[in-house]
Amino acid sequence: MSDSFAVMIVVATIASGIRLATPFLLASLGEALGQRSGVLNLGVDGVMLLGAFSAYYTVLQTNNLYYGLLVGIVVGLASGIFYGFITLNLQAEQGVSGIGIYLFGLGMSDLLFQKFVGTPRPILPFMPLDIPVLSGLPIVGEMLFQHSIIVYIAFGLVPLMSFVLYRTTYGLNIRAIGENPEAADSLGVSVMATRYSAIIVGNGLAGLAGAALAIELGIFQQNLTNAMGFIAIALVYFGAWSPKGVMIGSLVFGMVQSIVLQCKTFGVIPRSASDLAAMAPAIITILALVIVAKRFKQPSALTKPYVRGG
Amino acid sequence: MKTTKTKSFIGFLIPLGAVLLALAIGAVMLLSLGANPISGYATMFGAAFGSVEGFSETAVKSIPLLLVGVGICIAFRANVINIGGEGQMVMGALLSTSVALIFPSVPSLLLIPMVLLAGAIGGAFWGSIAGALKAYFNVSEILSTIMLNIVAVQFMNFLLRGVMIDPGELTRGTGIPQTMRLTENADLPILLEGMRMHLGVPIALFVAFGAYILLWRTAMGFRLRSVGYNPHASRYAGISVPRNVTAALAFRGAMAGIAGAILVFGSESHRMVTDGGSTGFTGSAGFNGIVVALLAGLHPLWSIPSALLFGGMLVGANALQRAAQVPSALIIALNGLIVVFVVSSEYFKQRSLQVGRVALSDDESTETQGKNNE
Repeated sequence: MSDSFAVMIVVATIASGIRLATPFLLASLGEALGQRSGVLNLGVDGVMLLGAFSAYYTVLQTNNLYYGLLVGIVVGLASGIFYGFITLNLQAEQGVSGIGIYLFGLGMSDLLFQKFVGTPRPILPFMPLDIPVLSGLPIVGEMLFQHSIIVYIAFGLVPLMSFVLYRTTYGLNIRAIGENPEAADSLGVSVMATRYSAIIVGNGLAGLAGAALAIELGIFQQNLTNAMGFIAIALVYFGAWSPKGVMIGSLVFGMVQSIVLQCKTFGVIPRSASDLAAMAPAIITILALVIVAKRFKQPSALTKPYVRGG
Repeated sequence: MKTTKTKSFIGFLIPLGAVLLALAIGAVMLLSLGANPISGYATMFGAAFGSVEGFSETAVKSIPLLLVGVGICIAFRANVINIGGEGQMVMGALLSTSVALIFPSVPSLLLIPMVLLAGAIGGAFWGSIAGALKAYFNVSEILSTIMLNIVAVQFMNFLLRGVMIDPGELTRGTGIPQTMRLTENADLPILLEGMRMHLGVPIALFVAFGAYILLWRTAMGFRLRSVGYNPHASRYAGISVPRNVTAALAFRGAMAGIAGAILVFGSESHRMVTDGGSTGFTGSAGFNGIVVALLAGLHPLWSIPSALLFGGMLVGANALQRAAQVPSALIIALNGLIVVFVVSSEYFKQRSLQVGRVALSDDESTETQGKNNE
């Protein structure tokens, strides 16, 4: 009896870990794409907040979760165009301009929320989408195949992005431009267009991540993401710029959070210590950064604007 | 000589234009929120600068912005781009609050310097962690400071809900995560009767002057700037790059830490309070201070008017919220736009300087040229 109870808890913890990992995964896949092309975007958190609010508001108005996701993506794409203009055309310092985007998203989403919604009203999240046959499997079924559609989209993007990055000319161009834009340019690859595309898609994913978060939680509030976007950036380093690595990082993060939540509900750790437990992901990331910084090299042209003939 | 003047004039004018552009967009936002932008801005700037009370409030709000901004001036000049101000403010505040809790009966004359020093040490310690990670493990200081911000905030929540909580909160059962009213001996003295202006204002100004002297009148400042300008040449000249990078982050942390301490001991409640996030305590000063420094062209003294401008916007935002029901979050969004525009305006600044560079012969023209050729 107690055994089956233990199994149930483990299954629930892993399933919720996967759910919690999803917004991180979406945002960090987007960030990884941009960084691979040589552009650092510190504004992820702000874009996520904008995506989250616009998705939440759309769902409130239309009662359609898919419209919410779509609007979240569109807002992200628009932010991407803006960020591309700043960093590519105007060559703004990426470490700082991203903070501007973050502050803008933080303030703007709160402003719009207060003005157009005011008191929080919950929205209904996605129903779990059971994958036929697989979801019926014992244990594994409940863990992996009874999630909302966003979870499948996010994890489905991992092999897709690996394929694009490592098996297509476009992916080769992105990687080449992130390492040596001069060489890529001399071979006729447009540095500007490729970086623009990577940034726009990357921000679109950040917008989707915010939308996914708001829909999953069924609510919007000021600073909903609470620095999740910044963690997503760290996960890119954690995952050494590969989609698979980023996925592993996101899962570790999601699982740690999920375990902390379970421990809280079962009173394994006292309430006061839960703040300390909340530090764990950040500390793990710092340690991971120490290890990664020694073993993996970031894209050589990261944060460096490209000036032809420069 | 004349060209240098023209150049610094352009260097001042272009970022200012960026701010005005952001304010113009703010006007459009006000309009679409159903408020009159002209009377809106008039309300804002009237509330911030129109009266002695208002200006006193503005000056107080500017303190953390100025201190963080001055720290950024030092760090960015050493080419250490970091965003750890939030965490450093929190750690400075925590250490200084602990000192006040442990030594409540020490007389003011001694206790105030003690808590300020504790703030500086707490912030410097937090900043130097990022510095050491960068210098010795090559961990990007941008990333480590993000993570250290998160750790600091959770640590604050832990302490303010645990050992540092006001015993009254426990007996009442309300459990608000805040300290008790800290000892009056640590209160920063009010300088103008009946107003908010307190000792923190002259302290912040003093630090800004100190940073100016440090950067341009001492060997240490020269080393910091030279490491920022050309680490390879500096190494060749026998300047330790890791040590100076760490020092830059420690200085920057110390200033943010003092800002955190002043936020606690200059507050109206004289408590340290958390709302669970970072912005509740710092008011995003750790980020907004970056804007202050950028607008000031990374110059500690120009940071003074720059901080007053942003402090005034914060004061004005509250007035605007009362007068026109425009949520004060507008100002956070506007600050974000100002950051983006000021950073982007660097492009136009470099270009306008490049056009005139043939006519220039002083060393700064080669500096801009060098930057463009990178």
